Amino acid sequence: MYEPVLLKNVNMPDGHLLSTYEAGGGYRGLAKALKEFTPDEIVELVKRSNLRGRGGAGFPTGMKWSFVPKRADRPKYLCCNADEGEPGTFKDRIVMERDPHQLIEGMAISAYAIGAEVAYVYIRGEYVLAIRRLEQAIAEAKAKGYLGTGILGSDFNFVVHVHCGAGAYICGEETAMLDSLEGKRAQPRLKPPFPAVAGLYASPTVINNVETLVCVPHIVARGADWFRGIGPEKSPGPKLYCVSGQVRKPGLYELPMGIPLRELVEDHAGGPQPDRKIKAVIPGGVSAPVIPEQGLDVGMDFDSLAAVGSMLGSAGVIVVDDTTCMVKIATRIIEFFHHESCGKCTPCREGLNWVVKVLRRIEAGAGAPGDMEQLDMLCKGIFGNTFCALGDGAAMGLRASLAHFREEFVAHIEERRCPFH
Amino acid sequence: MVTMREKIEQAAARYPDQRSAIMPALLIAQRVHGHLPGPVLEEVAEILGVERIWVYELATFYTLFHTEPVGRFHLQLCDNVSCMLRRSEDLLMHLESALGIKKGGTTEDGLFTLSTVECLGACEMAPVMQVGDDYYGNLDIGRIDALLARLHALAPHGTGADPFAAERPGEERHV
Repeated sequence: MYEPVLLKNVNMPDGHLLSTYEAGGGYRGLAKALKEFTPDEIVELVKRSNLRGRGGAGFPTGMKWSFVPKRADRPKYLCCNADEGEPGTFKDRIVMERDPHQLIEGMAISAYAIGAEVAYVYIRGEYVLAIRRLEQAIAEAKAKGYLGTGILGSDFNFVVHVHCGAGAYICGEETAMLDSLEGKRAQPRLKPPFPAVAGLYASPTVINNVETLVCVPHIVARGADWFRGIGPEKSPGPKLYCVSGQVRKPGLYELPMGIPLRELVEDHAGGPQPDRKIKAVIPGGVSAPVIPEQGLDVGMDFDSLAAVGSMLGSAGVIVVDDTTCMVKIATRIIEFFHHESCGKCTPCREGLNWVVKVLRRIEAGAGAPGDMEQLDMLCKGIFGNTFCALGDGAAMGLRASLAHFREEFVAHIEERRCPFH
Repeated sequence: MVTMREKIEQAAARYPDQRSAIMPALLIAQRVHGHLPGPVLEEVAEILGVERIWVYELATFYTLFHTEPVGRFHLQLCDNVSCMLRRSEDLLMHLESALGIKKGGTTEDGLFTLSTVECLGACEMAPVMQVGDDYYGNLDIGRIDALLARLHALAPHGTGADPFAAERPGEERHV
């Protein structure tokens, strides 16, 4: 039986209060980090733990930190990406609402490691309760000396500011987030320079996801070997899985990285609703290519999902049963990406508009011969040709739907109607 | 009573560059005014001492900013995949007929605006809708009707931004 680590406080009443967090051993990781480790040793520890970024890309966190120049003539910044917008994903919201101190502790240790004294939490504006709880927690932590100057008797100074987003999925892309933080329209930047060298206000900046940061105190408290001992060695650790859609028990589940998708959906989340069968599962938010039912034995980790042509992404697991039309889902997903395209580059801005038109007419029973080929051609024109991963995610997802459920699309065109209506 | 100008100046102190404070300032201004007409945008630019075009471009780029008036209670129903799979379309149809408006519309008395929105990040309680500061999840037609009745009852007093603030004593508003 797996014992939750990241969600330990989440299910406790008043889990958001400092007293609850401290009673459960909270801020001991920070005390240990400041007392027993130099900043470089924390970076090495996190490298050895094999922690990989939980925002979607799975980049090794310790390595990302090590790219920050040791000596810089500008202040360094830590940014927490809490702009959770990938459809099907809600883990960061729940953590911030119910255990905000865990995030603050993770940020404090991470800032100590990279030499930052200021952090911004970029949190989506819709998350009003999470914003409120985080601001209360920051005030409590400041009053108790976990934030501020000379933290816990050390010479480490650190403040956290909350920055509310205003509704733009693209802000989850880290360089778009930086532009947004600088008060501009959120559009991705050309890389290099990478944020570690020139990020926020052209200063060295590390951007980490909420879930990545909350892993850090536990790595300090329990050690890198403990973390590496959970799940696959190359992609280890405790993991938050968001399960939603047509399943009996939607919810947030903490389990080891690498758990089989089938076990997650059928055992933990209770399987399909009565008299229904699972048809497909999107394993990592709508950017992640769909997996048909027969592929559910795959492990939920970065490498196993990549090996079957999908991705772990944000671990937003969306379950689709046999009563649902895959063309309708594909259409809704592309409508989302089209709406959220920032407009900077043509393949994404114009290509997705075109794809939406073709998909809508197929779903409406007005598909034309040649539409399948046109969709294939559009995916080819978008994938690999866009400024950031938004266009790639849209094209990859659509390609998987076209590959695994081609007969459903063709049936719509041939029968001139949606067979599910 | 803290004025809008003071709130904006407090928020701006968190940043080394005033331009970064435009977004927080617009969120504050929208709470005060309900929406962001031209004169409010110009006031924000003046308070922060930034170019007016910088303020305008943010107010029109980000979806949470409204340059046109919205109803006192803004019903924002998620219709992204997880909510769609749990029949948010039925709820939209019901809301449209109960309010006598189409999505995107506002009732004649100015009380309700009905919108569909992209994923609210609460798929565990799909289908979900945001009204003011609060999320309402696991919705069905009965719960929608009960919520509409509560909002109607509240119409003479509560504020649009946070209709049920009184039910959460002790919780600070974030702006």
